[in-house]
Amino acid sequence: MADRPASETPSYGNGGSNLPPLSLHVPEPRFRPGDPVDYTHLAIPPAGAQPRPDEACAASDTAPLCTDLIRVLDDSHQAVGPWDPKLDAETLRRMLRVMALTRAFDDRMYRGQRQGKTSFYMKCTGEEATSVASAFALADDDMVFPSYRQQGILIARGYPIVEMINQIYSNRADKLKGRQLPIMYSSREHSFFTISGNLATQYPQAAGWAMASAIRGDSRIASAWVGEGSSAEGDFHAAMTFATVYNAPVVFNIVNNQWAISSFSGFAGAERATFASRAVGYGMAGLRVDGNDPLAVYAAARWAANRARSNMGPTLIEHFTYRAEGHSTSDDPGQYRSAHERTEWPLGDPIMRLKRHLIARGEWSVEQHAAMDTELIEGVKAATKEAEKNGILGHGLHHPFHTMFEDVFEELPWHLQEQSEQAMRERRIKWPEWKES
Amino acid sequence: MSEGIAPVRRLNMIEAINDALDVMMDRDPDVVVFGEDVGFFGGVFRATAGLQKKYGTHRVFDTPINECGIIGAAVGMGAYGLRPVPEIQFADYIYPGLDQLVSEAARLRYRSAGEFIAPMTVRSPFGGGIFGGQTHSQSPEALFTHVAGLKTVIPATPYDAKGLLISAIEDNDPVIFFEPKRIYNGPFNGFYDQPVEPWARHEGSEVPEGYYSIPLGKARIARAGEALTVIAYGTMIHVAAAVCAEKGVDAEIIDLRSLVPLDIDTVQKSVEKTGKCLIVHEATRTCGFGAELSALVQERCFYHLEAPIERVTGFDTPYPHSLEWAYFPGPVRIGEALDRLLKA
Repeated sequence: MADRPASETPSYGNGGSNLPPLSLHVPEPRFRPGDPVDYTHLAIPPAGAQPRPDEACAASDTAPLCTDLIRVLDDSHQAVGPWDPKLDAETLRRMLRVMALTRAFDDRMYRGQRQGKTSFYMKCTGEEATSVASAFALADDDMVFPSYRQQGILIARGYPIVEMINQIYSNRADKLKGRQLPIMYSSREHSFFTISGNLATQYPQAAGWAMASAIRGDSRIASAWVGEGSSAEGDFHAAMTFATVYNAPVVFNIVNNQWAISSFSGFAGAERATFASRAVGYGMAGLRVDGNDPLAVYAAARWAANRARSNMGPTLIEHFTYRAEGHSTSDDPGQYRSAHERTEWPLGDPIMRLKRHLIARGEWSVEQHAAMDTELIEGVKAATKEAEKNGILGHGLHHPFHTMFEDVFEELPWHLQEQSEQAMRERRIKWPEWKES
Repeated sequence: MSEGIAPVRRLNMIEAINDALDVMMDRDPDVVVFGEDVGFFGGVFRATAGLQKKYGTHRVFDTPINECGIIGAAVGMGAYGLRPVPEIQFADYIYPGLDQLVSEAARLRYRSAGEFIAPMTVRSPFGGGIFGGQTHSQSPEALFTHVAGLKTVIPATPYDAKGLLISAIEDNDPVIFFEPKRIYNGPFNGFYDQPVEPWARHEGSEVPEGYYSIPLGKARIARAGEALTVIAYGTMIHVAAAVCAEKGVDAEIIDLRSLVPLDIDTVQKSVEKTGKCLIVHEATRTCGFGAELSALVQERCFYHLEAPIERVTGFDTPYPHSLEWAYFPGPVRIGEALDRLLKA
């Protein structure tokens, strides 16, 4: 076969059978670069129309919500319906501030990458609510198992911005000792699990953490995030199975931002079913929520957290949202999708929606918002300058050389000691004056 | 009761492993044991028999048939603060959990700069000689020794199995603990057409009651000798010993016990003394752990070597069923290598 010219390769066909030839379906997104965008197929339901079952209901009672879309903020910026969490204005202003800070931070770090201060960055523009509003609904010591676009959780929990920048710059103050790709944060103190670059691995880990919490009779729950794209990984299904089998106190989030780098959600199964509806087959509670509606995200996360904390088991939440920017600094979305998708996204922008809601309540103003944005931008700028004192990537201000060999094991074995000495020797051959700092 | 006067029983390897789990579950409430069929039933090889009854279903439980989930959940439990001891029913089934071991358990400490660790011990029966075919006979240890951040431990006697398993469970790094299932019930010596003697007649079956540990990274001289050095682990210790005894070869047989960390000093001293080195393992040859051992011996003992280093291994094929004994690196293959070394 291998040496047969391509022109003679048999087409196989159906061998003359009178059965219809089979055909393969390869998903194709509706819109490609330059295409006009029409979102009428999305069928966005009105806000406030979705029933809110009791947190202790049977998992099957949530099945209708797996194909619906929980929405609270309506077109006139009012909070309506049974899912309105009725949060006070002060809490909402804090939530708005964290989301705005997350965006200001993203903008600055993106620019820093373009200026060559680091190798890589990932923004969460348009998806801030899926992290921030969820974090507000959890207890601060509930363990979160994030994917790579949940910086909003860390910011909501008060992790210092300057520490995030030190990590992004991989500099000598980086708490992770320059070992991780930028944005792969870790903070045990903030109950924020170390981010893996491998996808969905955190899902079964969150199930295991939640099982441990239940084994110990603790009251803390776990919550994990994946994108819709990586919900195709086997780990996702392992986690769903473990969580339901042991009724583990865990909240699983799927951030359906429509795109996995250049592959649209159809490659993860979106043409056939909603992501939330996967909960149904496992006998898990499921909610599908407008991910750009911070009040709806908060309400759904709170419902699931309360349910988990009262031993009623896990919940799967699909956040229906849109990735407004590229996957990372390494791709150009203009090459694979229509730019009109972002501008015409029918669920708007989470920061604008919360801002307008607070203004409609008489609890905020355009002037206050502008002043806040200016303050946040200045704050991020100052933190950036502070972090830069500790170095930027590739400018020599990194952690001591020997740290490369530490933490592989608790104790340094002989072979790593030998390799460490070799690395030092190589260094001195190249720079005879070099001394370990 | 102090260690010095702990009563000694004769146990087979399964009983010794069960005893180690019992001791550690009793000492440390953070130790949890789980895996396919390990709960009520006590494991397909009975290694966890009686533990659920004694410690309850919250500490000893069955799992879904999902190795990714078993290892992934263990990583999460370890991050919480437990000390999980998951069982993978056969080493051949470990591959669906490989990413959780290689990319997660092995790297947590490093990538989080020590904030999160994976203090877990993955127990798994491995190796052939039981007519298990290609999916119940493999020796995949080299896949794990190749991964930075994992320890790989393989006992060869009931005494070592208990002491090493206790050390593995106490270790704050992830440990792959491969149990040579061919010697669960007796020190199989490779002469498959002869009856296997029970562990009770082997000194390695003397297992003290209660707690004791054997440090990881310390090899055992299974037999002291002068003619040549045999480096092996698990089942092959007993096979090599029987062949050397049959041929009257005064071999020094080193039981590595743990591959990572490796006791290179014991290996080096022995080879420098004997000048000849035979490495024996059951796993496939190419890129097997023997290749690493051979390279290390060559690097460290080149000027002491009087003959080329010999490797006796399984063949580079899947583990066959009907031709199991033709595959197994048994007395003939070992004997041939010994002859070459002794003639050199």
